[in-house]
Amino acid sequence: MKVVDNLLGKVRPVFEKGGRFEKFWPVFDALETFAFVPDHTTKNGAHIRDAIDMKRTMFLVIVAMVPALLFGMYNLGYQHYMAIGQEATLIDMFVFGLIKTIPIIIVSYGVGLGVEFVFCIIKGHAIYEGFLVSGMLIPLIMPVDIPLWMVAVATAFSVVFVKEVFGGTGMNILNVALTARAFIFFAYPTEMSGNKVWISLNGEGAVDGYTGETLLGQAVGLEGNVGFHDVAGTAYASIADSFWASFVGLIPGSIGETSALAVLIGAAILIWTGIASWRIIFWGLIGGAVMGMIFNLVGPSISPENMYLQVPWWHQLVMGGFLFGVVFMATDPVSAAQTTRGKVIYGFLIGLLGILIRVVNPAYPEGIMMAILFMNVMAPTIDHYVVQANINKRLKRLKTAKTTA
Amino acid sequence: MSKSVKVKKGIDINLLGKADKSVEKAKASDVYALKPDDFFGLVPKLAVREGDEVKAGDPLFFDKENSDVIMVSPVSGEVAEVKRGEKRKILEVKVLADKEIKYKDFGAWQGGSREELVDRLLKMGLWAFIKQRPYGVIANPKDSPRDIFISTFDTSPLAPDIAFLISEDKKFFQKGIDALKMLTDGNVHIGRQKGDSFFSDITGVESCEISGPHPAGNVSVLIHHTAPINKGEVVWTINPLDVVLIGKSLAEGRFIADRTIALVGSEVESPKYYKTRIGAQISSIATGKIKAGRVRYISGNVLTGSREQAEGFLGFYHTHISVIPEGDEKKFFITDGWLAPGLDKFSLSKAYPSWLLPKKSYRLDTNMNGEKRAFVVTGELEKVFPFDIYPMQLIKAIMVNDIDAMEKLGIYEVEAEDFALCEFVCTSKVGIQQVVKDGLLDMKKEFAS
Repeated sequence: MKVVDNLLGKVRPVFEKGGRFEKFWPVFDALETFAFVPDHTTKNGAHIRDAIDMKRTMFLVIVAMVPALLFGMYNLGYQHYMAIGQEATLIDMFVFGLIKTIPIIIVSYGVGLGVEFVFCIIKGHAIYEGFLVSGMLIPLIMPVDIPLWMVAVATAFSVVFVKEVFGGTGMNILNVALTARAFIFFAYPTEMSGNKVWISLNGEGAVDGYTGETLLGQAVGLEGNVGFHDVAGTAYASIADSFWASFVGLIPGSIGETSALAVLIGAAILIWTGIASWRIIFWGLIGGAVMGMIFNLVGPSISPENMYLQVPWWHQLVMGGFLFGVVFMATDPVSAAQTTRGKVIYGFLIGLLGILIRVVNPAYPEGIMMAILFMNVMAPTIDHYVVQANINKRLKRLKTAKTTA
Repeated sequence: MSKSVKVKKGIDINLLGKADKSVEKAKASDVYALKPDDFFGLVPKLAVREGDEVKAGDPLFFDKENSDVIMVSPVSGEVAEVKRGEKRKILEVKVLADKEIKYKDFGAWQGGSREELVDRLLKMGLWAFIKQRPYGVIANPKDSPRDIFISTFDTSPLAPDIAFLISEDKKFFQKGIDALKMLTDGNVHIGRQKGDSFFSDITGVESCEISGPHPAGNVSVLIHHTAPINKGEVVWTINPLDVVLIGKSLAEGRFIADRTIALVGSEVESPKYYKTRIGAQISSIATGKIKAGRVRYISGNVLTGSREQAEGFLGFYHTHISVIPEGDEKKFFITDGWLAPGLDKFSLSKAYPSWLLPKKSYRLDTNMNGEKRAFVVTGELEKVFPFDIYPMQLIKAIMVNDIDAMEKLGIYEVEAEDFALCEFVCTSKVGIQQVVKDGLLDMKKEFAS
């Protein structure tokens, strides 16, 4: 590491004030502080500081996403080979997914960090670590065959318009990754919805009975009974079977969102380390469950022909991107509610609205995306009322003090 | 009737170098100094010039806004130097001490009216020990406080055992309490650590038992959980050791600046207690007792104390000197930085595996452990802030200088030290205590009449 330090020390003057590449100081600074925690010391105030910093925090979030990423790669291959009706080994499946995913990850990071670098150079401030997480989230919520230029455009749009124009990391009003997805959803709907995009056939013919529908797609058109089928058209024997397939994640969907299990492992890491708010995750699940139960209860009486209402609530929770959204997107601390009580309300409403939108509006099969973006917008309002309640309590105490005095 | 409060939010930072319970007499300091910066919000006016002879108890400087509030010399001798900084700001007023201390005699306090007592405390320089809320500045002698609060224990890292320090002077503590009692129409509240028996027989006070992690020993916690401050109210606070000094000084009729302090921290050879005086030069206590290497001397605790050099001086209110390693070295990210396993790294979060060793004592240095960022993480400040106040919202209100919001969010109830742990845990490394100090001074200025 002495070598690295010396090397950095050698090129440093070029980037310092008055140097040839003075403008690129943020880039140099980002690299240097990546390799070395700087020798900055405390001045006054708290002379010692907690070991945690933004880099460690973001790194742990990425670690929490790794199970979903790895499983997603495997599942891409699994779905592919099932759709074309070929036998394949676990390694084959994983490698297929790996080859599909890596380019998306590269484009996402490349474009996002590129935009971030440019803005930091213009503004002359340090490069913050926020995009390290967004850059990994974006691939995980993309369909497998998404054109790379769309990823690039969506990422650039999202980073510029919901983050940089508001002041960069820590100032974004919406979740950056989710905005990228919403951008594609609205700008290029054929690439982000329907039956054709979730499984990569890679130019090969599909088996008979192949549909490519996700469970959410199937749920809209359910007839007669609640029964799902896999991509090859084989019906699941029971609702428990389709639940387990969804829980494990062997269903079509965006790259990293299908496995409830992998997402829950990530959630465990985030909650245990204290990085993400357990309140948002917990109450998000409760909100989703409550909405699902309401549909289960009233469905048969108000709209008996709509079988979507009768999909059991516990099945709803593992379908689609609901869990992924609640665990990795809703918990983004910047766009979420910031007060403790606010987080409870925020999480609960995300769960509730996520299931509500998904079921009652077939145009938006992935309701959780809309729910989170909507609640991102509402979060400051929730916080406002929570804080106001605290203020009112203080004022009330003042009044009582005055009357008794 | 004793109340009991259990504080849940907070964190005990377990550092190496706690003081053994043995007391030694420190080498007499040649030079003593008072530092105007020790008195929050004070604009000092000099009462002496370089070369003047002073007795212990003679004023060195006073409060520009209220010339009755004086800071007196802890020793007799010659005013050796008035050290100034930028814009001629007074940093230190140094007194070259006589071998034999000569005291200014005020005559023993025999009792009297409240006005006489206030006058006596002011004249003796004892008033500077009394602080007020709101703002955390020296109390205004014209006010009549609603209550007076004293927390009799210190939960900050490496804090001295206050009951141990007072053990021989308990009667003076009681005398101090009796005097303070005359100053308020309300109560004198004392906060006692749960399980404490030392302070149980102090009379004339409302007592409250408090348990839990730091900052449970902060006086703000006592105030907040017994009788919170409302807008327009004034309460006074005072440190327990200063109650003893008031009691003693009144009884003997002279300003007694004796203090037993703890020399603590991972870089101290054998941490223990030393008898010295307010304003003593740190080197008079620490020389020869510090391990090799670059160290930082802190007058006070590692979370709120002031940074000093070895030639610096013990603060007016401080009860210990902490010595910890400087952290001015780069840390390679894999071996020692943000990607390191980090069993020797202490964190409120479980981001480093040191949570596997809950009993471990740490040797923490002064490195920031990261770069300054905008606020990103939420909820972490609340975990170490045991008040019904929203810390993040209040800090942001101060940053944008929104006086109205600061008031509504409860700035009257807090002092910068209450935010010390917030500053410690902040992932974005924001200098929160300074923000709060600025906010308090802004408020004070806004409402100055």
